[in-house]
Amino acid sequence: MSEADNKQRQVQRMSDSLLLSMRGISKTFPGVRALSNVDFSLRTGEIHALMGENGAGKSTLIKVLTGVYELESGEIRMDGIDHPIVNRSPQEAQANGISTVYQEVNLCPNLTVAENLFIGRQPKKYGFIDWKTINRKSAEILKSLDINVEPGKLLGECSLAIQQMIAIARAVDMQCRVLILDEPTSSLDEEEVEKLFDLMRKLRSEGVGIIFVTHFLDQVYEVCDRITVLRNGELVGEYQTESLPRVQLVAKMLGKEFDDLAEIKSERKNSAIPAEPVIEAEGLTHAGTIKPFNLTINKGEVIGLTGLLGSGRSELVRTIYGADRPTGGTLKVNGKTVNITKPLDAMKNGMAYLPEDRKKDGVISDLSVRENIILALQAKRGMFHLMSRKEMDEAADRFIDLLDIKTPDREKPVGSLSGGNQQKVILGRWLLTNPDYLILDEPTRGIDIGTKTEIQKLVLQMADEGKAITFISSEIDEMLRTCSHIAVLRDGKMVGELTGEELTQAHIMQTIAGNQTGGTGGADA
Amino acid sequence: MNAKTKFDWGKLVHWRFFMPIVCLFLVLLVNVIQTPDFFVISINNGVLYGYLIDIINRASELVILAVGMTLVTAASGGQDISVGAVMAVAAGICCQILSGGAVSTNTLMAPMAIAILAALAASVLCGAFNGFLVSVLGIQPMVATLILFTAGRGIAQLVTKGQITYVRVDSYRVMGGYIGACPVPTPVFFAIGVVLVVNLVLNKTALGLYIESVGVNGSASRLVGLNSTHIKFLTYVIMGLLSGVAGIVASSRIYSADANNIGLNLEMDAILAVALGGNNLGGGRFNLMGSVIGAYTIQALTTTLYAMKVSADQLPVYKAIVVIIIVVIQSPVFQKKFRSMRHGKAVTVNAG
Repeated sequence: MSEADNKQRQVQRMSDSLLLSMRGISKTFPGVRALSNVDFSLRTGEIHALMGENGAGKSTLIKVLTGVYELESGEIRMDGIDHPIVNRSPQEAQANGISTVYQEVNLCPNLTVAENLFIGRQPKKYGFIDWKTINRKSAEILKSLDINVEPGKLLGECSLAIQQMIAIARAVDMQCRVLILDEPTSSLDEEEVEKLFDLMRKLRSEGVGIIFVTHFLDQVYEVCDRITVLRNGELVGEYQTESLPRVQLVAKMLGKEFDDLAEIKSERKNSAIPAEPVIEAEGLTHAGTIKPFNLTINKGEVIGLTGLLGSGRSELVRTIYGADRPTGGTLKVNGKTVNITKPLDAMKNGMAYLPEDRKKDGVISDLSVRENIILALQAKRGMFHLMSRKEMDEAADRFIDLLDIKTPDREKPVGSLSGGNQQKVILGRWLLTNPDYLILDEPTRGIDIGTKTEIQKLVLQMADEGKAITFISSEIDEMLRTCSHIAVLRDGKMVGELTGEELTQAHIMQTIAGNQTGGTGGADA
Repeated sequence: MNAKTKFDWGKLVHWRFFMPIVCLFLVLLVNVIQTPDFFVISINNGVLYGYLIDIINRASELVILAVGMTLVTAASGGQDISVGAVMAVAAGICCQILSGGAVSTNTLMAPMAIAILAALAASVLCGAFNGFLVSVLGIQPMVATLILFTAGRGIAQLVTKGQITYVRVDSYRVMGGYIGACPVPTPVFFAIGVVLVVNLVLNKTALGLYIESVGVNGSASRLVGLNSTHIKFLTYVIMGLLSGVAGIVASSRIYSADANNIGLNLEMDAILAVALGGNNLGGGRFNLMGSVIGAYTIQALTTTLYAMKVSADQLPVYKAIVVIIIVVIQSPVFQKKFRSMRHGKAVTVNAG
């Protein structure tokens, strides 16, 4: 495989013609400059990784390219079109040969593979859909791309990897020359990823330019020819994969704030808080999502939970919090056995939960900053004990001030704030309830690096005040900076707890991956 | 120019009652030209008399329904279309108990309080049924309440044995008529009372905040400890209760229970009142007084058309035309155009 790979790379290098070029792309959202003067180019027959931390501007750039967002300034040119193109909708982008396949496949699971391939562009005969042609052509397409599936099978019955490949096949058949794959691998297992990569290589050899957005460094180094790094909406640079070592890539993604972050941990005071358990879970489980686990969290301790997407990190804390009702096991809070069946029970026992999906589970977007901040405390007090307006105003102002929430005033709808400030509002909401135990599920996802550092500092500060904290993040180095203790999950099961010396990137990755020590991070350090 | 006398139009336009009030005035404006005596209020036989009084009086049931509909809409993002039918049920039960099961009566066969309480209990039960379907079983509000929308009048017919039950007793006519020598019609007090009580509940408890929170984002509300099922359920129960009150008032006006006609098509007017009040029918933030103004606007429209001698069977056509105009004025697209127009003007003024 690798030999064929090299050969292809050579072929590609010979035909080094520019397929797509974006120049000086800028995009502003109210209060945020999402992209400023970014350049990006894609050559014929290459796989090009678009890298950057959450909030770096990757998805904004792609959305500008595919017409989801309006192009504000800058120029997009495609090979073979002698004027700058402007895509006002994904359909227009498609007509210009640019197709996107998202992480969540947006095809119809209740239709067959063949129907999905031709939906919206069914060949017709005498005004009727020509099923014969559809089935025949589908079989041809699938065969040409080595996708092993019956055209008549319902899409919903296929594995996620196959569904993704069908989406790709559809794009390819619609004469796409630029294929954008946005986090296609995050929900695939290793074997499926490999199949997807084969397909990507095949398309590359046919001259398709592929933009590959992913968080997995291993995968970048496995398939990509070139890497473009974005940070805070700005272009950091474009690099040949082989000439950019991993460590440098990470440093470029994080920027100079890297040193800043490294110092956080040393700032922490060595507070001598006695090891008093706040949360003790024994055999706690929620059938179907998380297998029985034991977990003790002490006062003043920050415990990290890690694992791949879908490993059960969020499900574990949801079970403790009662967001998913536990189906077995016992839970003790401050030494007392409690029966938690709903979030309010958990809140009354001093818990707070900042959910992973801020939009869906966190902010109540139409309500004001003030209402969002006081909501949890108000719910805890009950319907008949309405907080006075003065108390609400004071609470809101206190946290706007304390957390440095950037809002014109406390009555602005929280939905109009930037992501980082929304997250701070939710953090303020929970701090107002003065919890003993705080669950933070991806608190820094999709927010700018400055706010990220602030939140990390805040977490450590709260631990120093004696709160117990569970911190979940998909960025391992962030957890290494904040956690004293990391529990690793795999397939809904807690597979290890690491402390002290074991807390290294390599060790964590090894534990996440399990026994098959295939491609852990240790090798390339 | 003197800055002090300059009126802040921008602030007024963004005031949340601006559009509902503009619509109401628009409707009333027509009358200034068409029916000059529209605004004349006189006292005839010791009671207030005039088109305006008529509007305020006749709108009472609609106001009561609009209040409940606002809460239901905000919490569940859907509407209760059974309210008219529930009014008929409440009226049927009330009149049947008062008449002792007879088709017509000249004396009360049971204490009025018992009849009213029974009618309200039945309507609360209807509300609870709707609430159960919507909040516990997660059925779409329109579909869930369609059951009582169709079955409700049937139930009312069963209760009244298919007849119009008459209660020809003066004391029963008070609720839809006048209290003693008071010149103001009683339904007006019912409407004001309902608005006051609901406002009081919303201001003194966290119910308003809970309803909005659940309506905007149910899943996030659950995670901050709110029980969205209970809250939605509660709004439907309140809606049921208010439908019952409206039903009794409507029945008292005609001192009878006409299962086929009491509250007929009123659910649509109530929904329209909520929309005219500037509320999003998809739930979330609500504006109770907006709905109340909306309800008066609709009644003003009806009365205006009658005053212009439009016959009853043509009424819906004219009503529809006016409604289209009002709804278009309030639509986001039009509002945006309107604002940018004003904005453009402001810029040129500055430039000049």
